[in-house]
Amino acid sequence: MSSPLLEAIDIRRQYNVRTAGGVFGRKAVLQAVAGVSFRIDMGRTLGLVGESGCGKSTTGKLALGLIPPSSGEIRFVGSTLPAIGSAAWRDMRRRMQMVYQDPLGSLDRRLQVGPQIAEPLIIHDIGTPAERRERAYATMASVGLQKHHFERYPHELSGGQRQRVVLARALITEPKLIVCDEPISALDVSIQAQVVNLLLDLQDRLGLTYLFISHDLKVVRQVSHDVAVMYLGRIVETGQAEALFRAPAHPYTRALVSAIPSLGEKRERLILSGDPPNPVDVPAGCAFHPRCPFAIARCRSEAPALRRQPDGRAVACHRADDDAIALAA
Amino acid sequence: MTVQDSVAATPPAPPSFLRRTRRALVAWPPVVVISAAWLILMVITAAGAEWLAPYPFTAMDLKARLSVPLLMGGDFAHPLGTDELGRDVLSRLISSIRMSLLIAFFGTLIAASLGTVLGFLAAHFRGRIEQVVLMAIDFQASMPFMIIALSVLAFFGNSLILFICLMGFHSWERYARITRGLTLAANEQGYAAAVRQLGAKPGRIYGLHILPNIASTLIVSMTLTFPEIILLESGLSFLGLGVQPPLTSLGNMVGYGREYITRAPWIMLAPSFVIVMTTLSISMLGDWLRDRLDPTLR
Repeated sequence: MSSPLLEAIDIRRQYNVRTAGGVFGRKAVLQAVAGVSFRIDMGRTLGLVGESGCGKSTTGKLALGLIPPSSGEIRFVGSTLPAIGSAAWRDMRRRMQMVYQDPLGSLDRRLQVGPQIAEPLIIHDIGTPAERRERAYATMASVGLQKHHFERYPHELSGGQRQRVVLARALITEPKLIVCDEPISALDVSIQAQVVNLLLDLQDRLGLTYLFISHDLKVVRQVSHDVAVMYLGRIVETGQAEALFRAPAHPYTRALVSAIPSLGEKRERLILSGDPPNPVDVPAGCAFHPRCPFAIARCRSEAPALRRQPDGRAVACHRADDDAIALAA
Repeated sequence: MTVQDSVAATPPAPPSFLRRTRRALVAWPPVVVISAAWLILMVITAAGAEWLAPYPFTAMDLKARLSVPLLMGGDFAHPLGTDELGRDVLSRLISSIRMSLLIAFFGTLIAASLGTVLGFLAAHFRGRIEQVVLMAIDFQASMPFMIIALSVLAFFGNSLILFICLMGFHSWERYARITRGLTLAANEQGYAAAVRQLGAKPGRIYGLHILPNIASTLIVSMTLTFPEIILLESGLSFLGLGVQPPLTSLGNMVGYGREYITRAPWIMLAPSFVIVMTTLSISMLGDWLRDRLDPTLR
C-alpha cells in the first residue's frame, strides 16, 4: 500500500452560534465537522459528497489548513500542518492548492489573468520575471488556454475559461494536492464535461491528488477512486467508488444513489422524507434516524460507529449487515 | 472568422465630423471637461497665489472702501471690488482659495488614510481590535463634529496645523466602515481568500488586491468629504473659530462679508461662488473617475 499524502484523524470543527431569537437566543455549538477521518494516497481522488450544509466545504478547508480544526489532526506527507499564517504555513501553500466553486469570485477582476496566474511564483519568490512569464504561458497551455488570454480580464472570459485560469493558478507551483470545492457546479453542463476531463487529464499527466467535493454524484463517480458520503458533519459511508455506487450500504447513500437519473433500467427510488435536521440540534443516536425508513429503536439511542465491512468499505449504520434492508434494496 | 476578415479588408471610411464629435462627447462629457478645467484653474490659483494676486491680500486702501466690482459698473483697479477696509476682493479670494484647498486637501488625505488603515486593522485582526475600532467609529458618528471641533479649538487654541489635523478627523469613520466591510467580504470568500490561500503575506493582499478593488468606493467617498471639509472650514471660520484674521479663507470671507450683504453683496458672493463651483466640480469629476477606473465598466 502506498503512503498517504493526506490523512485526517478525527477532525472536528465547531462554531459558537446563537439559536434563533436574536439577542434572546441561547448559546449553542454548531458541529460543522464532527469527527471525520480519511486518507488520500498519492495520485488518487477522494470524492466527498453530501447535501449542502453537511460540512463538505469545511472539511475541505480543514484539509488544506485554511482554518484550524477544533480538535483532531491533519497530516500532509506524514507531518502535521503548521500553524496558520506562519512562514512554514505560507510555504506549504505551494504544495497544496484549492479550486473554488465560483471562478469569477476567486479572481481579482482588476488584474489581467496572466499576472494572476503567475502570482504564486512571485509570492513564493520563484524565478525571474521572464521565467515566470514563460511558466505562466506553459501552464496556460496545459489547461487549454491560449497566449492571447494572458492580457484578458476575468470578466472578458467565459465560465469555462475562468475555471481554467483558476486551475492554471493552482497548478503553476506544481502542487501535490488540489482540493476542488464544487469546481463545476457554477458552470454550464456542456462546460462541466470539459473541465472534468481536464481534471482527469491533468491527474494522468502530473500525478495530482484530488479531494473532490461535490453534490453531483454522477461527476463524483466519474472522477473518484474512493468516495466518502457525509451527513451532518460525519462520514456515514466510505469505500471504493464503483463498489459504493453499485451497492450502497447506508440508507442515506442508497437514497442519494437512487436519485441519480439514469437511462433505461427501471429502479426503485428511495425517497427521503423531511429536511436534514438543524446542525445545532442534532438528533440523539444516529443523526439520520428521523429520516431513515429502516430505523429501529437502537438507532434512536445509540450513534453507530463507522465500521469496516468485509469488502473494505466502512459504514456507520446499525443495520448495515441486516438482511432485511438488503432485501428491500 | 470570415466575417472578421471581410471587415478588416475594407478600409474604414473616415468618420464624419458629426460622428467624431459625438464620440468625443461620449469619451469626454462637457460637464467633466468644465469641472476639470475649473479644478485645474483652482490648483493653479492656489499654487501661484503670490504672483497672481494684484495686491497683497492685507493691503488696505481706505479711500477706495466698498468700491463696486467690474460687472456692476466698477473699474479695472479692483475687478471684484473691495471690502469694508478697502482690501481688494480678488486678491483676498486668490489667497483664500489657496488656504481652503490646502486645508481640504490635507484634511481629506488624513481622513482617508486614517480611516482605511483602521478599517484594514479591524478586518485583519478581528476580536478586540475590531471592537475598539468599531466603538471609536460609533463614538465619532454619534458626536456632532462641529461640537468636537469647537471644543478642541476652544481648549487648544488655534493654529493652522492643528486646524488641518482636526479637519482630518472629520469623517474618517466613513472610510473605516467602508474599508472594514468590503475587506471582510473579500476575506470571507472571493479573491482575497484565494490569494491568501496561495500563501501571500498580508501586505500583498491588502496593498495589491483589496485596496485597488475598494479604491473606487473610497475615491467616491473622498469626493464627498472634500466639499464637506471646505464647507466645514467655511462654517467654523464663519463662526470665528477657523482661520483667523489676518489670514483669510473662503469661509472666513463669507463670514466677514455677511455684515455687508445688503450694501456690498460682492464681498460674500465671490467666495460663495468659488465654494459652490469647486465642490460641484469635485463631485462631478469623482463620479466620472470612478467609472473610468473600473475595468469591468469599460
